[in-house]
Amino acid sequence: MNEALLRELVPEVIGVLVRRGAEFAAAEDAVQEALIRALETWPDDPPRDAKGWLIAAGWRKFLDAARAETSRRGRELAVEVEPAAGPVPSTDDSLWLYFLCAHPSLSPGSAVALTLRAVGGLTTRQIAAAYLAPEATMAQRISRAKKRITGVPLNQPGDLATVLRVLYLVFNEGYSGDVDLAAEAIRLTRQLAASTDEPEVSGLLALMLLHHARRASRTGSDGRLIPLAVQDRSLWDTVLITEGVEILQSALARDRLGEYQAQAAIAALHTDAPSTAETDWVQVVEWYDELLQLTDSPVVRLNRAVAVGEADGPRAGLAALTDLDPDLPRLTAARAYLHERAGVLEQAAALYAEAARVATNVPERDHLTREAARVRQLLRPAH
Amino acid sequence: MAKYLLLKHYRGAPASVNDVPMDQWTPEEVTAHIQYMRDFATRLAETGEFVSEQALAPQGTWVRSDGEGRPPVTDGPFAETKDLIAGWMIIDVDTYERALELAGELSAAPGAGGKPIHEWLELRPFYGAPPTVTE
Repeated sequence: MNEALLRELVPEVIGVLVRRGAEFAAAEDAVQEALIRALETWPDDPPRDAKGWLIAAGWRKFLDAARAETSRRGRELAVEVEPAAGPVPSTDDSLWLYFLCAHPSLSPGSAVALTLRAVGGLTTRQIAAAYLAPEATMAQRISRAKKRITGVPLNQPGDLATVLRVLYLVFNEGYSGDVDLAAEAIRLTRQLAASTDEPEVSGLLALMLLHHARRASRTGSDGRLIPLAVQDRSLWDTVLITEGVEILQSALARDRLGEYQAQAAIAALHTDAPSTAETDWVQVVEWYDELLQLTDSPVVRLNRAVAVGEADGPRAGLAALTDLDPDLPRLTAARAYLHERAGVLEQAAALYAEAARVATNVPERDHLTREAARVRQLLRPAH
Repeated sequence: MAKYLLLKHYRGAPASVNDVPMDQWTPEEVTAHIQYMRDFATRLAETGEFVSEQALAPQGTWVRSDGEGRPPVTDGPFAETKDLIAGWMIIDVDTYERALELAGELSAAPGAGGKPIHEWLELRPFYGAPPTVTE
């Protein structure tokens, strides 16, 4: 049985149950139980209509739960609205589910967990494993999130920007355990792109595909970080790149630029170049300028400065770094890099060592320590 | 089986024998060091003695309550004078002797010049569960 296919159906089934009058939290629980039942019985007794089966089973589970709460009302419901298997409405209800799970009243962490469960159809155990959190903790986080959005009207348009940010967070989390969250984020963004007509959704999808295409080259077999300049470009997934570029181009053609499209454009310029030296850095800087117009984020300023360093020389890059908050992550690493390019090795080595001290994850710390050691070695007199 | 905590320190422990700051090593020496630690953890996982490990960033802050309705007081970090923990590994071994042996092995990770660092590690036993009375 194809578990991935089963998960595709989850948001639609929850949608149907809610449309029939179930509370979101109750519908979500009922569909999870129906999924477990499907996993148990489908291998021996595959249904003709998977979606219809899930809706019927989910609805029955919902009724059981409602019955347990108020038995009289439950009996009435069972008599009146016992579901008929068969054709189901083909309208896609999954779009509002994205909005609901990424509701602005939820913290980003809760929104991510709820989206993975209700839209992604992952089990609590899988989500907990992916985030290295105990299952009980994750179960609490999800159930609190569900309580918080109880009563949120479903006809509200919702905030697409929040939905995209949640999907972006899922993508950034990478992979661990048996669920590859980057692949999951791509799957969900594809679904979203299929059900909404908005260039930024395509922009985000293109961005994910272009990043994902380079994943194999980004870390060595021993887990170490490999910077773009020395990545083995033959490992890049050209099929994903082609798809990403095509999606991006059709999004850009609609002339409603947003930050994800701009980021994807930068990623596309990188994947397009045969080497770092042959990258069109001037155009990369231009896209960063667009991105700054859209976001004015310090991280964008930092990345732009590194691109300026490639386009106009390291001194120009360093000049573009002034005025940034000294506590900005990776600022010291960028300064170290640009100092090295400018030939100021003593300072570059000291900055790399400092950057390693303030790194926010272990692979980055190890990489920067190695860079510090490398530049120190250049300073030593040859034996 | 008993659990032990192996504590590594940025500062606060006595100086190691081969005490050269990491950025003065060669990149190959850094890589060899990281690989040694990785292999050590893998080997312990295979013998069933590994529990967990975590690395800690050096940026610590001291925090205490300043009373109800007021933001907590923060101070420090006092890294110059205080002990600073770099990370830990938890092992689950049969005997104290085995814990000592493993701590010694971890302390011998290669450093500058490819020679063992001989750094001081702190070894702390966990409190165990109380004995079952009815046994």
